[in-house]
Amino acid sequence: MLYNMSSEQNELTQTPLLKIWVPWVHSTLSRRRGSSVPQFTNSPTVIVMVGLPARGKTYISKKLARYLNWIGVNTAVFNLGQYRREAVQTYKNYEFFRPDNEEAMKIRRNCASNALTDIGAYFTKEQGQVAVFDATNTTRERRGLILSFAKEKGYKVFFVESVCDDPDIIEQNIMQVKLSSPDYENCDKEEALEDFLKRIECYKMTYVPLDEEKDRHLSYIKIFNVGSRYLVNRVQDHIQSRIVYYLMNIHVTPRSIYLSRHGESDLNLLGRIGGDSGLSTRGQMYASALAAFVQSQSIRDLKVWTSHMKRTIQTAEALGVPYEQWKALNEIDAGMCEEMTYEEIQDHHPEEFALRDQDKYRYRYPKGESYEDMVHRLEPVIMELERQENVLVICHQAVMRCLLAYFLDKSADELPYLRCPLHTVLKLTPVAYGCKVESIFLNVQAVNTHREKPPNVDINRKTEDALQTVPEHV
Amino acid sequence: LPPLTPAALSVTCTCFSEARVKLCMTNCPTLIVMVGLPARGKTYISKKLTRYLNWIGVPTKEFNVGQYRRECLKIYKNFEFFRPDNEEGLKIRRQCALSALNDVRQYLCMEGGQVAVFDATNTTRERRDTITRFAEQNGFKVFFVESVCEDPDVIAENIVQVKLGSPDYIDCNTEEAVADFMKRIKCYENSYQPLDEGLDRELSYIKIMDVGRRYLVNRVLDHIQSRIVYYLMNIHITPRSIYLCRHGESDLNVRGRIGGDSGLTSRGKEYAKSLGHFIQEQNIKDLKVWTSQMKRTIQTAEALAVPYEQWKALNEIDAGVCEEMMYEEIQEHFPLEFALRDQDKYRYRYPKGESYEDLVQRLEPVIMELERQENVLVICHQAVMRCLLAYFLDKSAEELPYLKCPLHTVLKLTPVAYGCKVESIFLNVEAVNTHRDKPENVDISRPTEEALLTVPAHQ
Repeated sequence: MLYNMSSEQNELTQTPLLKIWVPWVHSTLSRRRGSSVPQFTNSPTVIVMVGLPARGKTYISKKLARYLNWIGVNTAVFNLGQYRREAVQTYKNYEFFRPDNEEAMKIRRNCASNALTDIGAYFTKEQGQVAVFDATNTTRERRGLILSFAKEKGYKVFFVESVCDDPDIIEQNIMQVKLSSPDYENCDKEEALEDFLKRIECYKMTYVPLDEEKDRHLSYIKIFNVGSRYLVNRVQDHIQSRIVYYLMNIHVTPRSIYLSRHGESDLNLLGRIGGDSGLSTRGQMYASALAAFVQSQSIRDLKVWTSHMKRTIQTAEALGVPYEQWKALNEIDAGMCEEMTYEEIQDHHPEEFALRDQDKYRYRYPKGESYEDMVHRLEPVIMELERQENVLVICHQAVMRCLLAYFLDKSADELPYLRCPLHTVLKLTPVAYGCKVESIFLNVQAVNTHREKPPNVDINRKTEDALQTVPEHV
Repeated sequence: LPPLTPAALSVTCTCFSEARVKLCMTNCPTLIVMVGLPARGKTYISKKLTRYLNWIGVPTKEFNVGQYRRECLKIYKNFEFFRPDNEEGLKIRRQCALSALNDVRQYLCMEGGQVAVFDATNTTRERRDTITRFAEQNGFKVFFVESVCEDPDVIAENIVQVKLGSPDYIDCNTEEAVADFMKRIKCYENSYQPLDEGLDRELSYIKIMDVGRRYLVNRVLDHIQSRIVYYLMNIHITPRSIYLCRHGESDLNVRGRIGGDSGLTSRGKEYAKSLGHFIQEQNIKDLKVWTSQMKRTIQTAEALAVPYEQWKALNEIDAGVCEEMMYEEIQEHFPLEFALRDQDKYRYRYPKGESYEDLVQRLEPVIMELERQENVLVICHQAVMRCLLAYFLDKSAEELPYLKCPLHTVLKLTPVAYGCKVESIFLNVEAVNTHRDKPENVDISRPTEEALLTVPAHQ
C-alpha cells in the first residue's frame, strides 16, 4: 500500500462553488481521487456517420452533438461537406462526385485527412470528448482509414448508419435542407433537385453498407427508415449506450413544444426566490389566458406537464385538461436561500452571492442545487420530450432556462441568463437543422424576475454593486 | 377544487388521480412475449425485467408456461413429452398456454397489472399469432423479446446453472439430465420460426443475439417499450459482485439525528480503515468505487486510497424540514407527519423533502449503470442502500423502507441462477443502531410513548 491512510483520511473541505467535498490540499496525496464528474467513457470517441446523401446524417450529427453537449460531454461535429466547400470554393454540378473524377477524388481524400487531423487536435488540445465525423463514409476503404487513425491514437469508434429507401422521405430531406445549401445558391428548385439526385446516384455505385458478417467486430447502430428499425452491434461503454438510447427515442414527426412558467406567484411579487406559494391575482389571470391561448392553437393531442409545485399545478388546473406532474420539473432548490430576497442573501451570505455571480452554471446553493445538477435531473424530461409530439410544459424560471438551452443549443455560460419572463409562452418548432422560436406574451402584466450578471462579481464588492441588477419588487 | 394544502402535497398528491402524479408509462397494458429455444435465457430475462419494472413502479408479473405444465402434468418423465408428434403432449401444452393467457387477462384487466411477461418458447408463428389475436381482443399492446444464441458454451452453462436444479430433473444425475435436455431442445428446433425482418415487420420486438452482442429493434411503440429496450441492452451475464455498504458511523448518527452532512466519528474512521483492508483481501478485479457527494461517504472512500466517483444521485433521502432532527423532536414538532410516515413509509414525502418513492426514481440511473458495470463497491446511506437492495433482492414497496442495513456491515451481492446471493460481512467495528422498526400504533392521535416506542438508543 503506497499511501499513509491515517494521515489523510479525515481531512476534507467543501469547495466553495461546487460544494464538493475534497481532501485538504496539504495532505500527502496531491492528486484528488474523487471524481465528481460522471465517467462516461475513459477515451475519446469518434462517432462516424455512414449513409448516402439525404439520409439525415447531418440532422443526426447536429442533434446528437447538441444533446451530448447539454449533458456535459464536450462534442463537436466535423462536416466533410464544409471542408470540401472551403477547398473547392465554387460548386459547379454533380460531376464533382463522379467516382471516376480523379482530381475530385484527390481533393475529397485530402479533406477527409484534414478533418481527421482536426479531430485529433480537438481531442488533445480542446478537451473534446466526442467528435462526430459527418460524411457519407460509404466505402469500406474510407471507413478502414478512419479505423486505423482511431486505433493509432487510442480513440473508440462508433458508427451510426442511416439507411432509407423511402423516396418521399428523401425528397422531403432534399427540400428541407439541400435546396438552401451554399452549393445551390444560384439554382432554381428543379435544377437543384435534379442535380442532387444525380449526386446520390454517384455514391450509390460504390456504397457498401455496414455488413452484419464482415463488420461484426465493429460497434455501430444501423437506423432503418427514420427509426422504424435499428440494428445495434457491440456497444462498448456508457456513452455509446446513452447515444443508442437517444437515437432510438428521437423522431422527425412535425410537432411543437410549448414552454411556459407558472403564472405570477405571491413570492414572485415579494421578490423572493423558491418556495411553494400560490398564484397572485394576475397569475390566475394568466392561467385563464393560457387556457384561451391553448384552445385557440387547436393543438392535436396536446400533452400538458407540470412540476409538483403548487404554482404550476394551479396554472394547469385552469386549462381544464388532464396533465402530468413531474417532480423533475420542480424549480432549482436554493437550499439555505429558499424564500429569501436577493437583498437578504447579500445580507446573510455575501460570499455565496458573489460566488454565484462568478459561475452561475456550476454554483451550488448551500444544501441546494446548481444549474448543472438540474440538467442531470431534467435529462429524463428531455428524453421523454423527444419521444412525444405536442407538449406544453408549465415549469419554472431556472428549469425553463435549462430546457430552452437544450433546444436552442445554448452554452453553459449563456444558459443561466436566458430570458424566460413570466406570462410568456415560447413555442418551439423543429425546422431543418434547428428550432424555430415564437415568443407569445399573453398580455397579463407580471413582475420581472430576471437578474442580470452584475459587472462586479468580486467577493469583496460593495452591497450596492452586488444588488445593482436586482429587479424591482414589493 | 380541493384546497392545495401543504399537508396534502407533502404526502403524495391525494387530490389528483394516481395516473396523473406518476409518469404515464403507457396508456394500455403491455404483454411482453418471450421467444426462443430452451436454454436461451428467456426465464432469466423475464424475471430480471419483471424485477426492474416493479422496482421503478410499473406493476409487472411473469407467467411461466413451464410451471403451468408442471402443475398439469405432475411428473415429468422425459423429453418425449415435447416431441412434435406427441398429440397428447401438444394438447396439454396448448391448454397450459391458454390457461396462462387467461391469468394474464385477469392480471392486466382486473388486478391492476400494467405489464405481463409471457415466458414460453413461443417459437412458432402460429403460436405467436394466437397471442397477438388474444392481445388485440383485450386491448393489450404486444412486445416480443426474442433471444437467439448458438454458442454451445453459453447454452451448456445455462443448462448447468438453471436446468439441472429444475423440478423436472429432481431424480436425475447430471449426465442424464443434460442428455435429456439437449434432446428436448432438438424437439423445438425443427419447428422454430424466428421473428423475421420481412414477415414480422409490423410487429414490435427486440431480438437479442449472442447474449447482447447484437440487437435488432423493431417498431418501439411507447415509453415503456423504450425503457425495456434500454434496460435489456444494458444488462449482461458476466460474473461479478456488487458490494453495498453505508458510510462509517457519523457524528449525527451517534446523536440520533437524521440527515445532515456530518463527518465520521472515530469508530466510523476505524470502519473506513477496516473497509480498506477488507477490499484488499477480497482481491477484486478492476473494482469501481462509488460514493455520494456527502462528506461521510467521501471520508469513508478516502481511506481506501483508490480512485472513486461521486454521484449526487447517491445522496441520502432529503428529510426537508426534519433534516438533522432526532425522532423525538419530529414527534414533538410534527406529530402528524411522524404518524403519516409510519402509515406509508414508502410513499410518505417529508415536507420540502423526499419520499422513498422519489429516491427510487433518482436512483434509477445508478441501477442502470450498475447493470452495465462489473465489480462495484457502493458506499452510500441507509435509505439509499435500502432502495438498491430492494432492487437486487426483489423486495416490495412495503418491505423496502424496513430492510435492515446496519452501519459497518458490507453486503456482497453475487448474481446466481435467477437471483442474487447475499453475504453479510460485519467488519467488527461497533456502531450505533439506526434502524427504526414500524411501531404498532400508527394512528395520528397516538400518545408520544407509542410513537417513540421503536426509536433506537442514542446519546
